[in-house]
Amino acid sequence: MNPFNNRRYVVLGIFLTVSLIFLGRLFYIQVIDDSYKLSAKNQALRYVTQYPVRGLIYDRNNELLVYNEAAYDLMVIPKRIKRLDTLAFCNLLGITDSAFDEKIAKSTSYSRFKASVFEKQIPADEWATISEKLYKFSGFFGEKRTLRKYPKSAAAHVLGYISEATPGDLKKDSYYQKGDYVGKRGLEKEYEKRLRGVRGRKVLLVDVHNRAKGSYMNGKYDTLPIAGENLISTIDRELQMYGEQLMRNKRGSIVAIEPSTGEILSMVSSPGYDPNLLVGRPRSKNYKMLQANDSLNPLFNRSINAMYRPGSIFKLVESLVALDEGVITTETRFRCNRGIIGCHGSHTNDDLVPAIQHSCNPYFWNVFKRLVQRGKYSSIFKDAAYGLNLWQERVKKFGLGVQLKTDLPGLKKGNVPDVAFYNRWYGEYRWAFSTIYSVSIGEGEMLVVPIQMANLAATIANRGYFYEPHLIKSIGADSVKRPEFTIRNETEVDPEYFDPVIEAMYKVVNEDGGTARRARMDSIEVCGKTGTVQNEPWPDHSVFIAFAPRENPKIAIAVYVEYSDFGGTWAAPISSLMIEKYLTGEVKRPEKEKRILDAVFLDIYDGKKEQ
Amino acid sequence: MMERRSSRWSDIDWIIVSLYGILVLMGWFNIYAATFNEEHQSIFDISQLYGKQMLWIATSCFLAWVILMLDPRFFSRLAYPIYGFCIFLLIAVLVVGTEIKGAKSWFTFGGFSFQPSEIAKFGTSLALTFYLSTLGKRFSGLLTRLKAMLILILPAALILLQPDTGSVLVYASFIFVMYREGLSGNILLIGLGGAVLFVVALLLNTTTIELPYDIVLPGQTMMVVVIGLICLVLYAQFKKIKQVKWVILGSFLVITGYIFAVNYAFNNILQKHQQARINELLGIESDPTGAGYNVHQSMIAIGSGGGFGKGFLQGTQTKYDFVPEQSTDFIFCTVGEEWGFIGTFTVIFLFVYLLFRIIIVAERQRSKFSRIYGYCVASIFFFHLAINVGMTIGLAPVIGIPLPFFSYGGSSLWSFTILLFTFIKMDSERMHILR
Repeated sequence: MNPFNNRRYVVLGIFLTVSLIFLGRLFYIQVIDDSYKLSAKNQALRYVTQYPVRGLIYDRNNELLVYNEAAYDLMVIPKRIKRLDTLAFCNLLGITDSAFDEKIAKSTSYSRFKASVFEKQIPADEWATISEKLYKFSGFFGEKRTLRKYPKSAAAHVLGYISEATPGDLKKDSYYQKGDYVGKRGLEKEYEKRLRGVRGRKVLLVDVHNRAKGSYMNGKYDTLPIAGENLISTIDRELQMYGEQLMRNKRGSIVAIEPSTGEILSMVSSPGYDPNLLVGRPRSKNYKMLQANDSLNPLFNRSINAMYRPGSIFKLVESLVALDEGVITTETRFRCNRGIIGCHGSHTNDDLVPAIQHSCNPYFWNVFKRLVQRGKYSSIFKDAAYGLNLWQERVKKFGLGVQLKTDLPGLKKGNVPDVAFYNRWYGEYRWAFSTIYSVSIGEGEMLVVPIQMANLAATIANRGYFYEPHLIKSIGADSVKRPEFTIRNETEVDPEYFDPVIEAMYKVVNEDGGTARRARMDSIEVCGKTGTVQNEPWPDHSVFIAFAPRENPKIAIAVYVEYSDFGGTWAAPISSLMIEKYLTGEVKRPEKEKRILDAVFLDIYDGKKEQ
Repeated sequence: MMERRSSRWSDIDWIIVSLYGILVLMGWFNIYAATFNEEHQSIFDISQLYGKQMLWIATSCFLAWVILMLDPRFFSRLAYPIYGFCIFLLIAVLVVGTEIKGAKSWFTFGGFSFQPSEIAKFGTSLALTFYLSTLGKRFSGLLTRLKAMLILILPAALILLQPDTGSVLVYASFIFVMYREGLSGNILLIGLGGAVLFVVALLLNTTTIELPYDIVLPGQTMMVVVIGLICLVLYAQFKKIKQVKWVILGSFLVITGYIFAVNYAFNNILQKHQQARINELLGIESDPTGAGYNVHQSMIAIGSGGGFGKGFLQGTQTKYDFVPEQSTDFIFCTVGEEWGFIGTFTVIFLFVYLLFRIIIVAERQRSKFSRIYGYCVASIFFFHLAINVGMTIGLAPVIGIPLPFFSYGGSSLWSFTILLFTFIKMDSERMHILR
């Protein structure tokens, strides 16, 4: 026998050993280690976000307020750029070489392997040209987005705006991904979760050049985007636009409410801005301009955020509380002595209705004195604290000094001074009626937000109750409003006491000697009350609240025009035009309209032109 | 005559033929999957690689038939002429060959190209077999060994000139043949030891070892120190034995020299991409987008196949060209991705079965010539399998050699067919040959 015959086993042993090592290794990487499966997925699958269509917003008459327009984000995966013809690419996009380098550097620093936005929000028409040639530039692809678009420049503050999710948004809500749009203000913010819809996802197979090769597993893992729900707002677009027109070149606010429901018909804050400015690529530039470079602060929603002294309109609340507290009757008279506190007009010894009609300051000085000094304690300080406490409780029932539960984020609550407030200010028992009497005529420490003034008008129109003012009629399929919008808030003032007050408000507008004769119309019975808030040395703020018609009121309104003049001079006619517009659909008083449109009160020295 | 003919068919080892048939068909289907083109879905479409592979398979079958028809003495008689013709082709290709990917390895005729280094394996096998079979019982004596080595080195050197490192390395596989025929077993151990030292030396090349007292030694110096210490211990142990001093000292010097030679060779002889591939394999460097790209992608493809694979034509890495050279050197990825561990196990099992069968059949030969030739065939197949599959799973450096019967290509399929069927032919005649 050949002495080397046994060597066959060595050779076979080597063959077998190597094969077993291979099989062990294969078993490990194929069966045990999952990381290769993950890598394969990352490489060969591309997850394309399917952005949902954001819900549209309509006004109360189904007129469109906000819709969507397609735009495209040009995405880049830096790793997949191959032999890029930079010049042709820059020409196609209309950007410079250095801008290109900057963008690429930014994307690369985010991730070389993950997609990031190279150029965002390219309008659809531009995109058509770009997408045709995009196949030449590997590593780039488009992602369809939608931008908000506003058919008419109206209600910018109410609608708010959306913008890209900030790191804070991403942290707060795990739903969001980088690049998502999030409602930042107004209704867009308040109803974000229902407007945004649900993102879908498409899983595509891509080859080594990142070319899409079809859907993965026949779309088994794809999800369709679910469109956001449409929102029907309570806003009346025509009225809103008319209000914005009237408030042009003025600072201030108009809030109109339907008293029977609390639905906000219009909410104007002036100066405003065209909501289309905050859309698309010019957004950040425009935002900066509106926010930082405009001293009139057009982004500020005065209707819910500006706190003003209410002036004489507060006398209505004073009257109602005093009647219900029994400290006066409709026959109670006070002399208009004009010693401590000034007055205007020719009246000397009014009872309640004429006192409201003439807006007699000494009268309400006395009323407030009776409300505060109840004679419960001998110390005037203790007595004032006791009386003020009773008073502020009643006043807050009118929605003043408390935050209304409206559906706009960031509402201010104003200020109704209470005991704690004055104690902080002056010290405990260091103040009495004589210290705080300016509150009696809506001056001093009283602060009210325009929406609260409109709500006050609605409360009086309703003879004692209000619904929280709100901006939404329905969203999506369900038309049920939030429960807090359907609860009647009672002032707990006896409805009978509203009759004399409403009578007086009627006379304010419709009788000689009323302060708001400019608000009178032949066809509609308007009830209102003026306010003139002093701003020495600058012109007064002009205030007016009203509702109409007198019977079965359809609209309650508050108008506040900063630095203009008497309430009757500017705020009252604006209210009147708004009421006419809303109730009749058109305005038939062109001279009155023209007078308002021509008025300019942007600079604080523009006011009192009529004097 | 009729009787003789029928015995010729029945003496064929049908197990090997079946294994060949199965592997070739599996290879064809995997090439189809790897290069599948939506617009040319027919596997018979000869405008596509899979259609062409079908032609190669058909012609291979014809070649196999021709070989089976030949007179069995043909191979031993013509061993040297065939070898000589192969050497001629290898010289010719250096002169008139076409350069593809930096190597002058191909003759091109119209649309087809032919790689002489593939057929040279067959010629070399025949020549080595013939030479070894003419020797006496023992394969010994320096001259004999040198002659055997010369038979191998001549074609290997010519191929190195192309250069085609992968094909050159295949010639190392003949070491198994010579071992079987009596070459000292130490050669295998020395080879193994050399490989281990090579790897360790390279690994230590980039490491430093910190000792107390702030002494920092390069890893290789440390290795030499350790080997020196071992030598001293061995000396102390065996100093009674005569001349052990010189043996130990000699080994120490050889090993030390080898370590530094490895370094030198690595840095100065190997090309940049070869250095990078070895570094990648040893884990010294990792660059999945550069030198390691092929292996990285190949392992992703195989690993993502999982236990049962993604299914025929469902491999995403395979279909979308993530793995380079998918139809040729990296065809095993397609198996791994689409058929999973079941597939890779089956393929390796079939190959091992084939190798074992060849060895078993070789050992039953009466003729020394047939036996040695069988070992040549098994060794070449084994080497291709080990390097090719090892490369795709990161256990061997990236060396472009085909996986027998699987990788696309006419030259390699032809030469593997010729190699194998020559052996089948020899085996079928074993009863008619006297010892």
